[in-house]
Amino acid sequence: MAEIRVQHLRKAFGDFVAVQDSNFVVEDGEFFVMLGPSGCGKTTTLRMIAGLELPTGGQILLGGDDVTMLRARERDIAFVFQLFALYPHMNVRKNIGFPLLAQGMPSAEIRTRVEETAKLLRIDHLLNKSVSGLAGGDRQRVALGRAIVRRPKCFLMDEPLGTLDTEFRDLMVHELRELHNRIHATTVYVTHDQMEAMSMADKIAVMNHGVIEQFGSPREIYDRPATMFVADFIGSPPMNFLGFGGGLAKGAREIIVQGAKVAVPEVREDIAPGDMALGIRPEHIRFDDASKLRGAIYGTEYLGTTQIVAVETADGIIKARVPAEIRLATGDHVGLTLSSARLSLFEKGSGRAVRTAIHDVASERRAQHG
Amino acid sequence: MSLTTAHSVVAPSSNSKRIAGTIIVLYALISIVPLLWIFATSFKTPPDSIAYPPKILFQPSLEGYCNLFTTRTRQTPEYINSLGPATGFCDETTRKRNMVIAGPSNFLPRFVNSLIIAFGSTFCAVFLGTLSAYGFSRFKVPLADDLLFFILSTRFMPPIAVAIPIYLMYRELGLSDTALGMILLYTAVNVSLAVWLLKGFIDEIPREYEEAAMIDGYTRLQAFWRTVLPQATTGIAATAIFCLIFAWNEYAFAALLTSGTAQTAPPFIPTIIGEGGQDWPAVAAGTTIFLVPILVFTILLRKQLLRGITFGAVRK
Repeated sequence: MAEIRVQHLRKAFGDFVAVQDSNFVVEDGEFFVMLGPSGCGKTTTLRMIAGLELPTGGQILLGGDDVTMLRARERDIAFVFQLFALYPHMNVRKNIGFPLLAQGMPSAEIRTRVEETAKLLRIDHLLNKSVSGLAGGDRQRVALGRAIVRRPKCFLMDEPLGTLDTEFRDLMVHELRELHNRIHATTVYVTHDQMEAMSMADKIAVMNHGVIEQFGSPREIYDRPATMFVADFIGSPPMNFLGFGGGLAKGAREIIVQGAKVAVPEVREDIAPGDMALGIRPEHIRFDDASKLRGAIYGTEYLGTTQIVAVETADGIIKARVPAEIRLATGDHVGLTLSSARLSLFEKGSGRAVRTAIHDVASERRAQHG
Repeated sequence: MSLTTAHSVVAPSSNSKRIAGTIIVLYALISIVPLLWIFATSFKTPPDSIAYPPKILFQPSLEGYCNLFTTRTRQTPEYINSLGPATGFCDETTRKRNMVIAGPSNFLPRFVNSLIIAFGSTFCAVFLGTLSAYGFSRFKVPLADDLLFFILSTRFMPPIAVAIPIYLMYRELGLSDTALGMILLYTAVNVSLAVWLLKGFIDEIPREYEEAAMIDGYTRLQAFWRTVLPQATTGIAATAIFCLIFAWNEYAFAALLTSGTAQTAPPFIPTIIGEGGQDWPAVAAGTTIFLVPILVFTILLRKQLLRGITFGAVRK
């Protein structure tokens, strides 16, 4: 197993820049997820790490060795494809043993290794079956088996659960993470599904238009989104934005939104006047008739333990997640209170988050750990 | 009411099925009657073969096959009687017609020529076609579209249109009447078909298979050999049959460019007619034997061929 270091990585296809200047480090044994909408450059980045595409610029270091221009077979990595790429003319045993055959391993040893791997994945009863008759989940396990069997430096996975049914997907998310906890393999996992990313990752990189918008733990990314794109992409329903104008001064603890004063985490930098946005997670909104920030109920989505309530405000619809017991009728006027300590502030033009006290908490915590 | 999927039409009624069945049977009959006639003629005696009205029922005889494989000379009855007892069926039949067997005919060497040239050129065309189709399918070939069009354009005219230039070139190069020359020629004609057909098949094989193999430690050539080829067998088989049928049946170039050592069966078979009267049973016997290799090859590969022809039409 090894650390993966990506430095100033860039890939252009003609005029189209798929990845621009990516930098990140995946530590040894870490489960790293690249998350983003389709076409954001996450798969291209993964394929460059694998050696299936050569970068236009930058460096890729695998366990300290520069592998930027090496062929895929010289990198000692394993790749799990979205469509599994199981060889239809071989049975399960041959599929899993295929990488070992390339290394010229004696067949008795291949047998043992394949059987060990199959046991680990609980597919030992399928070894002599043809891969074409397998169910989606089992195909996935065979594809994983083919990756694990060689004990490579790292695993690269390209939306491996993308084609599975939702029900199966939840199961496989759990299995993948459990597998990772057992073998601690450095893993780079590409997905557009935030649920998969949040539930499996140690670290997430959120990508958009070839740029890494934010790199951090799932908690950091959810609680302290670095850009409006991240805030909007992560969370279901996503973060709400309320526009406000004017600049911010260092030390400010209050802003005015739609004529109502809203307490915010202490601002840590001066921001020149311009269009701003206040970001609020749906679960940080409560109904309070005394509040000056007001809106009318537009619709509700009942989810059992909670409900999502759409409220029409002067600045468009925002969604709140409130306990299911609250009875609301469409058209009711409500006041909204926001959990001040959890709010984010953004510059609308660049989409960048303003430094506030919520970022301090994070760095303090990190300092204590270190 | 039954649900229909996107591309299925209303289930055919038993009546329309019956009509379709009748048409197919009729068509099959029309196609197969000439073949059956040839097959029957090959077992007739020369008088039976030209009898009028034509004989449907007749006493089968192997005389046609005897005549196909031998050359005979006419002799006087005195001479024939002076010979010892006949050595076999063919000898006996020949003597009854006041002839003796002079030696083996050229049919067997011509048939072997056909086998060598047809299978040799098919192998070359499919081999080259598979590699170039893979290249066009997987790599960024500069001017790929123009090259593919150029390859296709070699089939815009009937090959025989270039017969005279090729005849002259072959004479200069010493390729006239050689097996190598014929293999090269048929390969050149077939390779364009092979590239286009196989490119379609290889395009359908996801790249992930080779990529997976290359990540797993194989070179591109090994990955091609172990993952692409096994999945392209259907396409390769279908392409091979098309190439083989062309090379096997080709008459015009063979008649023009081969006359002796490299002559193939198609230009040879008609020459049988001239020897000792119109020997239709011998011609029919030659044709019947000539059909066998293609028949065997097609039966062996019929599964792949069917899948190959309908490929793309019935996916998903």
